[in-house]
Amino acid sequence: MNIHVKQDEAAKECRLDDMKQGILGRDVSRPDGLPKVTGTAPYAAEYKIDGCLEGVIVTSTIVKGEVTNIDASSVLDMPGVEAVIDDPRLTARAAQGTAGEAPAQPARKVGYFGQPVAVVVARTFEEARDAAKHLKIEYRVEDDAIVDPEEADAEAQGDGTKMGDLAEAMNSARHSVDVVITTEGHNSAPMEPHAAIAEWDGDKLTVHASLQMLNYNISELADSLDLDEEKIRLIARYVGGGFGSKLGVSEETVAACVAAMELQRPVRVVMSRQQVFQCVMRRSETRQRLRLAADEDGKLIGFGHEARVSNLPGEEFAEPVLQSSEFLYRGENRLLELEVARIHRMTAGSVRAPGEAVGMPALEAAMDMLAEKVGIDPVELRLRNIPERHPAKDLPFTDHSLAECLTKGAEAFGWDKGPRKPMQKREGEWWIGTGMASAARVHNVSEAKARVTLKADGTALVETDMTDIGTGTYAILTQLAGEMLGLPVDKVLVDLGDTNHPRGPGSGGSWGAASIGSAVFVACEAVRKQVAEKAGVSENELSLSDGRVMNGATLTDLLDGADISAEGHYEPGAISEDYTASGFGAFFAEVRVNRYTGETRVNRMLGSFGFGRVLNAKTARSQCLGGVTWSIGLALTEGLKFDPRDGHLANCDLAEYHVPVNRDVPEVEILLLDGRDPLASAIQAKGVGELGMCGGAAAIANAIYNACGARVLDYPMTPDRVIAAMPENA
Amino acid sequence: MTETITVNETEYPIPADPRVSLLDFLRQHVGLTGTKKGCDHGQCGACTVLVNGMRINSCLSLAVMHGGDSVTTIEGLGNPENPSALQKAFVEHDGYQCGYCTPGQVCSATAMLQEIDNGWPSDASESLEGEVELTADEIRERMSGNLCRCGAYPNIVAAIRDAAKEDAA
Repeated sequence: MNIHVKQDEAAKECRLDDMKQGILGRDVSRPDGLPKVTGTAPYAAEYKIDGCLEGVIVTSTIVKGEVTNIDASSVLDMPGVEAVIDDPRLTARAAQGTAGEAPAQPARKVGYFGQPVAVVVARTFEEARDAAKHLKIEYRVEDDAIVDPEEADAEAQGDGTKMGDLAEAMNSARHSVDVVITTEGHNSAPMEPHAAIAEWDGDKLTVHASLQMLNYNISELADSLDLDEEKIRLIARYVGGGFGSKLGVSEETVAACVAAMELQRPVRVVMSRQQVFQCVMRRSETRQRLRLAADEDGKLIGFGHEARVSNLPGEEFAEPVLQSSEFLYRGENRLLELEVARIHRMTAGSVRAPGEAVGMPALEAAMDMLAEKVGIDPVELRLRNIPERHPAKDLPFTDHSLAECLTKGAEAFGWDKGPRKPMQKREGEWWIGTGMASAARVHNVSEAKARVTLKADGTALVETDMTDIGTGTYAILTQLAGEMLGLPVDKVLVDLGDTNHPRGPGSGGSWGAASIGSAVFVACEAVRKQVAEKAGVSENELSLSDGRVMNGATLTDLLDGADISAEGHYEPGAISEDYTASGFGAFFAEVRVNRYTGETRVNRMLGSFGFGRVLNAKTARSQCLGGVTWSIGLALTEGLKFDPRDGHLANCDLAEYHVPVNRDVPEVEILLLDGRDPLASAIQAKGVGELGMCGGAAAIANAIYNACGARVLDYPMTPDRVIAAMPENA
Repeated sequence: MTETITVNETEYPIPADPRVSLLDFLRQHVGLTGTKKGCDHGQCGACTVLVNGMRINSCLSLAVMHGGDSVTTIEGLGNPENPSALQKAFVEHDGYQCGYCTPGQVCSATAMLQEIDNGWPSDASESLEGEVELTADEIRERMSGNLCRCGAYPNIVAAIRDAAKEDAA
């Protein structure tokens, strides 16, 4: 049975709140936990396949031009070497998220330093790696590549938002801020490198790969290989982190498939860590101008946010820096414009929370500067500027929790209200200070399908090609199905990451849980109807818990040997167009800054978040902790460094690109403001995977200023930048 | 020269190719893929195993250097039917998300608790001598060689403290 629900209206009465099992929302441990902690969960490269060959990617040593010759004979005599794959189907870049079509081909056309151009296949990894280093390649170099975004021409992205007269508002405002803030590029750096094993039986491909969105990836792969989707099965049961870098199919997956098809043997291709940095996606650097104009009470009358980002020629993705700035604060005179510089650095694409991850830290630092000028508490400044409706589109908001997050967060943190002055507290060499920032991340929900089967043995099976990239999909779908069908968690099996199952939404843009959760919910409603029929009651009267129907009969008795199955198909309708939906939050941080070295350490942090229904308190909190950790990295340590001559990424590993380590992360308190957003999805939930890093870096930046008086305008705020900005008297 | 390496109490022959790292030996030759390859350069800690009881990055060591050594991997510490106290605590405290760094974290924590028992000081220790107290800062410092990009650090610290308490009880 197939059920299709298109949501045009608010899900005001959600059956989830009438259920009796009592597991949804609770802090249930992940069902995939024991396989993970015991090392028995298989990731993409870890399937044991007889006769599997090893492929190693060879990358370009030029920036722009063309490969004119790949001399396979230079390595074919080396021990163990089976083949050099040099094929027009090999891809030069990773696909952008939700592309659904092949990324740039052929690999022989070079657009950036470090681009994959060929693959060497050998019997062992050591043999393939050695041969890859010896492969002779000739190029025709084009020496007109621009690699610096400041030197390149920029293209406007759309028309932007223009309302009233911002320049006039800035002139007439009682208080104003006009500031340029920059952020450096970032790498997703998931702990599992991109990997794939491809098997070709002469007709069909079976591919184990590390990917976030199989529903799109299968189309991207089919298009890359010029093969029908029906001839491909993609499997990704465990994905070792993605953070955007595994949204689109990347070069190693296509390479493994091409090699397996050419050689008629299974082939594994795993990127080195350096290749993960250089060949997949970077978050663009940004240069942002913020203009805030306020009246004497701090109410915004003008709001300007302009940003310049970069990408390769031909790439559609532009870091959507202004995404939440469009609606977060009031101001009738508005100017928001985004432009993209075309340069020959590696592909820019989605890295966790594209847009807000860098837009919010800039906006929220500027808001801190405005609060100081107006002479009011920065929390109060934000409370005074929450708009009633989307300021430009004039749309109503769905559930809006910013004010609650700000006030509850401030109270829990012990925020010192009132106007603030820097350099008030010092302990030895360390200045101590606090700062805060708002959080916002647009809510997305997308089409999704899942099959739910209530089995005759009294267990339930949930099947979809949706992935769990660490986000907790296994846990929340177990809870949703268990809640609806009255089963404890150990009676529900969730089978994910296989394109043989109904197509989910993929993991990305924080839309996974709300979308696939709604599909499972819709399927469960249909199953319940059939159970109710068998029990001779209406669905509304049907009460299920612990495998029993309300009168005491077991589900097994009631089913009498027959399974009940339904495929749920959820699709957002008018709710996506008629409203502005966002998750909201607030960050509070206490830091210490060393007077002599400029080193910043975070003493403690608190984040309060509102995103509708909390599906699992434990995994939702973990998502927020992860976001706060990324906020610390973005504020203090993370930045891609490109060689100004050829645009190659100089810090392309985990020793030189500094993600936060355990000791960088202090006590972090997370407040989950459990709510209901009936306009967000059928299960009244919004996304939470990215919200925790949308603004957090500004709480740290503002705390640095409050501590020592250094107003640093460039992220990350490394010791050299902090010391240079520190006032004489600090 | 000893021709075998003992892994989780079973002996395996040393591979013929001297380029094989201890990590690739475990994953490809022994077939124990619980030990993860995150960077292959000793920068992330995902490949942490115990060699004669001490934690090392197995990617930075060649298999051929370990003749006669006894290696314990994540599979040697516990299994889904019989997990170790640390493994159970990681599940309870959600000390992971994607799970890829987790075997390294658990192996590292297992050896780290022993190092504290042995009184080895760290940068976070009050003194270079005497007993070391198992504070959150000690755990953070000593676990900083194991990167977790998902950002589960506070939960990892909580899991380790919990498991250590249970061990002491």
